[in-house]
Amino acid sequence: MSEDLAARVSAICREYGSDAGRMMDITRAVQAGFGCVSEQAVEVIAAATDATVADVESCVSFYSFLSSEQKGKVVIRLSDDVPDRMAGFQRVLDAFSDELGIQPGETTEDGAFTLETTACIGLSDQAPGALINDVPVTHLSSDSAREIVRELRRHMDPRRLVHEEGDGNNAHPQIHSMVRNNARGMGAILYTPYNRGEAVNKALSISPKEVIRAIKTARLRGRGGAGFPAGMKWEFARNAPGEAKYVICNADEGEPGTFKDRVLLTERSDRVFAGMTIAGYAIGAAHGILYLRAEYKYLRPFLEAQLEQRREDGLLGKSVVGREGFDFDIRIQMGAGAYVCGEETALIASCLGGRGDPWNRPPFPAVEGYLGCPTIVNNVETLCCVTKILEEGSATFCEYGTRQSAGTKLLSISGDCLRPGVYEVAFGITLRQVLELCGAEEPVAVQVGGPSGQMVGESDFDRQICFDDLPTGGSMMVFGPDRDLLEIVENFMDFFVEESCGYCTPCRVGNVLLRETLSRVRNGAAEPQDLDHLESLGETVRKTSRCGLGQNSPNPILSSLENFRHLYEDLVSEAPDGQRRSFDLDRAVQEAAEITGRDPAHAG
Amino acid sequence: MSDEFTVYIDGVEIAARPGQTVIEAADEAGVYIPRLCHLPGLPPHGSCRMCTVIANGRSASACYQPVSPGMVVENDTDDMLEHRKALIEMLFVEGNHFCMVCEKSGHCELQALAYRFGVTAPRFPYHWFPREVDSSHPEVIVDRNRCILCARCVRASRDLDGKQVFHFKHRGPHKKLSVNATARLKDTDIDVTDAALDVCPVGALMRKRRAYDVPIGERLYDHEPIGSDIEHRASSAPDPVEPAEVGS
Repeated sequence: MSEDLAARVSAICREYGSDAGRMMDITRAVQAGFGCVSEQAVEVIAAATDATVADVESCVSFYSFLSSEQKGKVVIRLSDDVPDRMAGFQRVLDAFSDELGIQPGETTEDGAFTLETTACIGLSDQAPGALINDVPVTHLSSDSAREIVRELRRHMDPRRLVHEEGDGNNAHPQIHSMVRNNARGMGAILYTPYNRGEAVNKALSISPKEVIRAIKTARLRGRGGAGFPAGMKWEFARNAPGEAKYVICNADEGEPGTFKDRVLLTERSDRVFAGMTIAGYAIGAAHGILYLRAEYKYLRPFLEAQLEQRREDGLLGKSVVGREGFDFDIRIQMGAGAYVCGEETALIASCLGGRGDPWNRPPFPAVEGYLGCPTIVNNVETLCCVTKILEEGSATFCEYGTRQSAGTKLLSISGDCLRPGVYEVAFGITLRQVLELCGAEEPVAVQVGGPSGQMVGESDFDRQICFDDLPTGGSMMVFGPDRDLLEIVENFMDFFVEESCGYCTPCRVGNVLLRETLSRVRNGAAEPQDLDHLESLGETVRKTSRCGLGQNSPNPILSSLENFRHLYEDLVSEAPDGQRRSFDLDRAVQEAAEITGRDPAHAG
Repeated sequence: MSDEFTVYIDGVEIAARPGQTVIEAADEAGVYIPRLCHLPGLPPHGSCRMCTVIANGRSASACYQPVSPGMVVENDTDDMLEHRKALIEMLFVEGNHFCMVCEKSGHCELQALAYRFGVTAPRFPYHWFPREVDSSHPEVIVDRNRCILCARCVRASRDLDGKQVFHFKHRGPHKKLSVNATARLKDTDIDVTDAALDVCPVGALMRKRRAYDVPIGERLYDHEPIGSDIEHRASSAPDPVEPAEVGS
C-alpha cells in the first residue's frame, strides 16, 4: 500500500514536472486520488519537488479543499452563506447529518461520506447549494438532501445526481450541470452574441500602445471591486522591464453572494479568453493564467475544450491569428478554497504553489509579479469589457454609465426578492431601481458589495451604483423585514475570521475580537460603551491591516452600526451593579470551587 | 550625499536616501517607530503592523514603505498611539503570556512595548487557545504560547543560517509556527548556534539553561524603554517645521 502510494504520488509530481511551483496542482491531484494529503505523501512530494516538508504542509494546511486527514469518497460541502441560511441551510444540514449519521466535519465509518460546511460557493441565487465532490447541487431541501444521500449510496457517482440540466451551456455535455444562469436583464454589453476572433483581430490590427489607449479612452476600471483603471495597470506592466510578462485572469470569485463570473465563464468564456489575449498583446506577454476557484471545477473540462478550440482556430498558440512574433497561450490554474486568493498578490502566491498570503507592496505585480515578472491581474468581467471595447469601440462602451464609472456592471442579486440572478445594469443606476428590477417587495436592508461592502438601509436607496457612490464588485443581498440583521452581520464576521490568512495581527486577532464583542451584544451581555469599543477596534483593523481583506473586514459591523445603530442600542444597557455584564461570577469561581470542594454560595 | 532628500516625520525634517524604507531613514535619524517583526538584517515582513504610519495620507508599513522626496509621515500621533496599543493588546490576548514567570521578561520586546505605550492590562478578552510546547530538542525549546507569528526565526533560519527550520501552518486564528519535520524540533537540522535562535522578540524560541544568564534588573529594557537606543542617535532634536512652508 505505502509503496503504491509513493509510486503514485511520485508519478503525479512528474506529471507537473516535479516543479514546486505547481504545488497546488500536485496537492490537489493527491487529494483527489487518495482523499487526503497524508504525512507520507507530504514527504514524497517534498522529496520529488525539492521543497521542504514544512513548505508542503504549509500549503496543504492553508486551503480548505486540501486536507491531511482522510476524507470520504464523497465529500458533501454544504454552502454556509447568508442567502443559504435564509433559504433553509439548517434544515438541509440537519437532514444530511441525520441521513448520514454523522456531524458536520465528520466522515462515515465506512469511509464513504464526509459532511462539511463551506463558504459561499457561488450559487446564492439558487440556495441552498452544495458541492458534492465537484458537482454543484442547488435548491436543496431536507427531502432532496435525504434523497441525494440514498441515491449516492446506490451508485456513489455525484455526476449522476444531475437529473435535469440547467439552461444554456449548463446543459453542454462538458458541463452537464443543474446550475441555472438566471441571467436577467442582460444584453446591453457583455451578454450580446459574440463573433469569435473579431476582437482579437481588431486588437492586432493596431499597435499595443493603441490598444492601451483604447482601454484608457473607454475609462475602463477593474470590475472586481477596487476599480483601478485597467489601462493604467496595463501601461505599468508594458513599461516595466522584463523578458517575460504574464496576464492572469482572476476567476476566484469568492466574495459571498457573487456569482456573475460563473455565468460569464459558462456563457461567454470566449470573451474572457479574447480579453486575456488582447491584454497579452498590449503588455507584451506570451503567457496567460486563468485562476479558477475550486468551487467552479465543474466548469474546467468545458473551459479546457474552449481553449483547445481557440488553439485550433489560431486564436491562441504560436503566431496568434497569423501574426508573426505574437505567441500567446493560456493555462488554467485551479484554486483550492481560500477567499483571500481573490486578492491579486495572494492569487499570484497561490499560482506559485504556496500559501495564499498576500504580499507586501510595493513592488506592485505590474512591475514584479508572477515569477518576479511584470504581471497584470484582471477580473473576469473586466476582461469581457476589454473584448467589448475592441469589438465596438471605446465611444460605444462609454455610452453607458457615468463620467467616473463608464460602462455597465454585472450584479449578482440574491436574498429576499422575487427574481434573484445576474443583472447587467448601467453604472449610475440607483439602488431603488435595482430593487425594483429584481422584485424586492419589502427591502429593509441591502448588503452592497458583499460582506466587504456595506449594509445600507432605506435612506441610501437613492444612491447610485458606481465607484464614487456605492461601489460593488457585484454582490448584492436583499433583506426583508423578517431578517435578523445582526445575525447576518455575525455570519459575515465568522466568514472573515475563517478566511483571514493570519499573516497580520489586526486581521488575525482583531476579527476574532470584533466577532466576540458582537456576539456579546446579541446575547444581551454588552453595555453601551461596547459599541464605542466596536467602532474603535474596527477602525484599528481597517487602518492597520495589510491587505484588502483585513481593511474591509470590519465593514459589516461598522456599516450596520452606522445605518442600523438602533438594533445595537436595543440590545445593550448599563450594567445595574457596575459589574460588566459579560462577567459571570459563578462561572469565574467554578473551577476554584471544584478544586477546593467549597460551595461559593456559602463562602466567607 | 548628493542624492539625499528630506522627509518629514511628525513635522521634523529628516534626511533620507533613495531606496531606504521609512523605518530605515527614521532609525538613522534617531526617530523611533515601534516595531516587532522588523529586524535590520532580515527582509521586511510587515506582519505585526506596529510600524504602521500615515505616509502621504495613506496607511503604510514603515518597514517596507520606501521613502520619497518630501514625504510626510505621521508616526507619534494620538491616533497611531491608539492603534498601536490595540495591536499590543491583541497580541497579548491571542497568546498565553505570563510575564511574571517568563524567562524572557526584561528582554521581551512585546512586554517592553506594552510598558512604553502604557498598556497595563488588555481591554480585550483572552483567547486562551491551547498551544503546543516542543521541548524535544536537547538544547532548544519552542513555546508556542508566546509566539507572535512575526516570522523572524523563519527568515533568520532561511536567510542567515541557510536552513529552513521554521515555517507556518494553517491560516487565520489557527495559524501556528511549524518546524520542518513531520515530527518535532529534534528531527530538524537546527543547531544551538543558529542565528534563528537570537532573533525571537518574545520567549517563544529559546536556548535551554541560559534563561537567567543575565539577572533580572540588568536586562535590556529594565532601565530604559524600548527604542531608547534609536532615540539616542538624534544628537539634538530639531524644531518641528511645517512641511508646507519648506516645500513652497
